[in-house]
Amino acid sequence: MSVDVGAAVAQAHRTEWARVFATTAQMTRDLDLAEECAQDAFAQALATWPQTGVPERPGAWLTTSARNRARDVLRRESSFRRAMPLLVSDEAVPGPEDGLDDDRLRLIFTCCHPAIGRDAQVALTLRLVCGLSTAEVARAYLVQEATMAARITRAKKKIATARIPYRVPAPDQLGERLSAVLEVVHLIFTTGHVAPTGAQLVRRDLTGSAIRLARMLHLLMPNDAEVTGLLALLLLIEARADTRLSESGRLLLLSEQDRSRWDGQLISEGTALLTDALRRRAPTRYAVEAAIAAVHVEAPAWEETDWSEIVSLYGVLLQLWPSPVVRLNRAVAVGFRDGPAAGLDALAPLLADPALATYGYLSAVRADFLRRLCRWGEAAGAYEEALTLTDNEVERAFLTERLREVQAR
Amino acid sequence: MAKYLILIYGDEQQWEAMTPEERTVHDAAHGAFRAAAGSRVLGGHELALVPMSTTLRTDGAGGVTTTDGPFLEAKEAVGGYYLVEAKDLDEVLELAAKLPEVHAAHSGVEIRPIVEHE
Repeated sequence: MSVDVGAAVAQAHRTEWARVFATTAQMTRDLDLAEECAQDAFAQALATWPQTGVPERPGAWLTTSARNRARDVLRRESSFRRAMPLLVSDEAVPGPEDGLDDDRLRLIFTCCHPAIGRDAQVALTLRLVCGLSTAEVARAYLVQEATMAARITRAKKKIATARIPYRVPAPDQLGERLSAVLEVVHLIFTTGHVAPTGAQLVRRDLTGSAIRLARMLHLLMPNDAEVTGLLALLLLIEARADTRLSESGRLLLLSEQDRSRWDGQLISEGTALLTDALRRRAPTRYAVEAAIAAVHVEAPAWEETDWSEIVSLYGVLLQLWPSPVVRLNRAVAVGFRDGPAAGLDALAPLLADPALATYGYLSAVRADFLRRLCRWGEAAGAYEEALTLTDNEVERAFLTERLREVQAR
Repeated sequence: MAKYLILIYGDEQQWEAMTPEERTVHDAAHGAFRAAAGSRVLGGHELALVPMSTTLRTDGAGGVTTTDGPFLEAKEAVGGYYLVEAKDLDEVLELAAKLPEVHAAHSGVEIRPIVEHE
């Protein structure tokens, strides 16, 4: 098999899996059978494309192949299959009027249904919508493959038994359900952006999956400001991905990153999406977060960062999403705008917040302010505390280096 | 179509403590639920308080022992149920959200799919 065909199949897997699987599931109304047939279609592609060449529309070829296979299996096993609970979908009823009648949307709304636990929503989305193998999903979340397989199987069983519908929610529920979908996409991205444990700082498999999901949602729901805001946010953060580590693998802070290597194409795409999101309606959570990311990428140098703007955007964000982590980020920005002493003052009320009690960034931020104030002993204590709260090896190496610096003073 | 059991859980003391006015409002909400659900409600009742229950278990020697009280002691008890028929979970969720117990702080409802035996 030529490298080209292998690459074409891999590319088709990344871009077309969701459509092939979702369309087949709509026909079979059985997630396991749809998975089997979709996988089979990609195996067929690997076997036949070297002879026939890569088809003009790989997605259509794969979908047809998966559906043909499903039709054969259903004909053969019809009596057996009938005994199993099936996906509930309303074929006869047209979908919501505004063009939301798409199998991929049906699939992602089903995977992120509120009757499924958050961990299982994430696992199902990566497995069924992104097409990651169970082993890949297990690796991403550092659990045993058997554990992840059980989690996915249980969720699929619940979809069938409780009859969680394979459907885009009705307009009166769409907003709430879409928020859950976007939270799952955002969670996949943030888990990949700073992996909670392990040797790698970034898990590109996860950030890449999250961006593909956000792109798919934006393609299917181009008029939704929250979707647009989320895609803008992910792209503006991703634009800096290549500069977050030094060549020796050390964590580089925003102030140390080589801005000339930030991805200009992602920045202009993200900025255009952000402008569009803000034009559509009053700022939403993700749009404001994207605006903060945009202020960073638009500063030609760290010293030119507009901290006043960032502080006020965090103020807006707090109104929309009053989370302790947002308060912490605002305190950091205050520390850069008004100096480390002001930053420490802004941090003070957060130290007693139980929600942040095991949040390593709080200790790391406090350590940094103390270090900049030359309060070496207290800074060392705070770095030590931060070290007890992260298992990411790249972060640990960075914090250890800082700890040695302040201990040497 | 599929069947679901809606189990209504709550703190019996709080149900007991309802004033006659609160009880009237509560009953009216159940009336509204039944009206909205129509023929989709296949059955449903309020249950007598937990101290009124009787439990049967094996005595481990081939016989049965009868005891006063519930199978499981818990602060929250099942106070009633509805058996409903719907085409999917979303339809049940929409209906069940109309129940007054969903909106009181001490109570909630659990939705269990019914397993059909042919």
